[in-house]
Amino acid sequence: MQIKSPEFKQSARIALQDVNLQKALGNLKAGFPGKRASAVARMPEFDQLRDQARDLKNHILEHLDLYLDEFEARVVENGGQVHWCRTADDARQTILQLCREQDAKTVTKGKSMVTEEINLNEYLEENGIRPVETDLGEYILQLRGDHPSHIIAPAIHLNLEDVSETFHQHHHRPKSDDPAVLMAEAREMLRKEFVAADVGITGANFLIAETGSTMIVTNEGNGDLTQTLPKTHIVVSSIEKVVPTLEDASLFLRLLARSATGQEFTVYNTLSSGNRRPDDQDGPENFHVVLVDNGRSDMVGTQLQDMLRCIRCSACMNHCPVYGAVGGHSYGWVYPGPMGSVLTPQMIGIEKAGLLPNASTFCGKCEEVCPVRIPLPKLMRHWREKEFEKHLSPKAVRWGLGSWAFFATRPTLYRMFTAGASRFMRILGGKKGTIKKLPLAAGWTDHRDMPTPTGKTFMQQWQARQQQEKR
Amino acid sequence: MPDTHTPPIKVGLFVTCLADMFRPEVAFATVKLLEQAGCEVDVPSAQTCCGQPAFNSGDNHNSRMIARQTIAAFDGYRYVVGPSGSCIGMLHHYPELFDDGDPWKARAEELKARAFEITSFLVDELNFSGIHSTFTGKITYHDSCSGLRELGIKQQPRQLLSEVEGVTLSEMQEAETCCGFGGTFCVKYPEISNRMVSNKTGFAADSGAEMLVGGDLGCLLNMAGKLKREGREMQVRHVVELLADMTQSPAIGDADYDLGQEL
Repeated sequence: MQIKSPEFKQSARIALQDVNLQKALGNLKAGFPGKRASAVARMPEFDQLRDQARDLKNHILEHLDLYLDEFEARVVENGGQVHWCRTADDARQTILQLCREQDAKTVTKGKSMVTEEINLNEYLEENGIRPVETDLGEYILQLRGDHPSHIIAPAIHLNLEDVSETFHQHHHRPKSDDPAVLMAEAREMLRKEFVAADVGITGANFLIAETGSTMIVTNEGNGDLTQTLPKTHIVVSSIEKVVPTLEDASLFLRLLARSATGQEFTVYNTLSSGNRRPDDQDGPENFHVVLVDNGRSDMVGTQLQDMLRCIRCSACMNHCPVYGAVGGHSYGWVYPGPMGSVLTPQMIGIEKAGLLPNASTFCGKCEEVCPVRIPLPKLMRHWREKEFEKHLSPKAVRWGLGSWAFFATRPTLYRMFTAGASRFMRILGGKKGTIKKLPLAAGWTDHRDMPTPTGKTFMQQWQARQQQEKR
Repeated sequence: MPDTHTPPIKVGLFVTCLADMFRPEVAFATVKLLEQAGCEVDVPSAQTCCGQPAFNSGDNHNSRMIARQTIAAFDGYRYVVGPSGSCIGMLHHYPELFDDGDPWKARAEELKARAFEITSFLVDELNFSGIHSTFTGKITYHDSCSGLRELGIKQQPRQLLSEVEGVTLSEMQEAETCCGFGGTFCVKYPEISNRMVSNKTGFAADSGAEMLVGGDLGCLLNMAGKLKREGREMQVRHVVELLADMTQSPAIGDADYDLGQEL
């Protein structure tokens, strides 16, 4: 996926004026947050589970190497193979190689953000292999040559009419606005692909160390067909998805569905433990797990380690007023919203992603709803520190901040400055209570009036009052 | 009235830079409330701003300088109280700026323990219930983010407002959603901020209230400025103005004062 994060401001401006996108975002805001809230209200122990989940994830991250080693050993015992990939490129090449070993022409895919992260679809296509997305949202996007704008509801930026039009164009069937008809159409198209596929690729929500199992959760069941029907199943997962035991996974499952969609439980929770055994009725002959690092192990032991607790529920973006205003594509890469504003700079560099951690009012709603209590505002601030240290923040900002700090650290001068600034604004405002256009503050006055100071500064008035009292 | 036998509680007022410059009434109302609650209020002159613009821009050097200055300015006061959840929240961030073992860290922790936002100070710390104020009308309350999420300020202002004679509170939709101010955010991302504040003024207007009240001047200036630009009639005030019975002066952005006298 092409990196467009440096164009965040322009993309956001366009997004704010896109009537259809705004309609779709309205649906998102009206849906997920309310559903989450009622699911949480039905579960009095929810906050305790969040604490447990945070602590467990912290423990796992302290012993990441041990649990990954254990996971690999169990996978091998189960007859599968684990491939360790340090970079996105390593992962792409490994997957291509595995596909070539099967002489694969068609690859079905379950929903996976990590494969977006490593740009897998385009790479496979360049190498003559046809990837077919089987998650309904991803399928729609693939037909449109589009990318996900949300990590669990990839086509959330589209409306029913868009899907109707896309299907009409690609399926050559009469146009329908009935979601059930559209769904049946997609199902019919995808059935052929499931049967024809040589390799099935899925992501993983969890890797279970004690059993060597991988686990996916879906609401459509497409993941099950993707991983059961083809001869080869490749699981592509990032390293932080490992959990010690099945019981631990169940803790996260309880939090995940409620935080994401407000469901008590996701519809399909599927475990894959190696390849088909002699007396199994179905299942893949070959089972591979591709473990992707791509910058994550560098986060271990730093302030950013907290981010590795993320279970990809999307609650942060569902509740983010900035995401809600501009949508996921504005962020310009794979992971949008608050979690993306922390992860993206790590993966594509703060030089390109600097606008993302700045695009937050630090309202703290994301942290409030995060099931594993990631201090997202603090981590976004961490990137602002890096940006400032590297002198990447815009010159005007640095200059403004520097001159403000010069006064703010000199109280007497500061008093003189604020008294002058107050007077200046009062002159500009005249007899009115507001200023319509303020020099150097167009960002403010383009959209709203600037209330005028109501008199001399408090410090001036207080001092005068103290002196009067002394007399 | 305070018991004359107990010594008054010594409070250092953290004025906040926005109250200082844009709306001194807010600081005077805070002083009035504190005095009603039996405090002796002092205004240390070495204070400027809490340092948030630097802190949120990643400029830790200047944040630290300002933190040290504020810590020193408020040495010796039993409490530090200010009319802003956001600025007091920033004072609570000071310990993060210093390494373990740095003596400033301990001093920052110590400041944090006695720094309070005004409504939470009155309710949580003093258990105060001596509001003498009248305002007849319907108001709606915006929960500013930092106060709400960093300091747990939600019911305190509502509890105090319930003591104001004549007031009815009509809660708006999404009272807890950010208004889009965000300090420098509103000038760095003006279009996004504009969308957020437009949503907010819409919800406020839909509540049917004639006055929008909140506890942070940044948010209030933002919302008042937007309401003015939209031509809506709604008044905007800081909560302390209502609590201190200081609603006679013009609301935010409504000033109509005599230039000659004021300058």
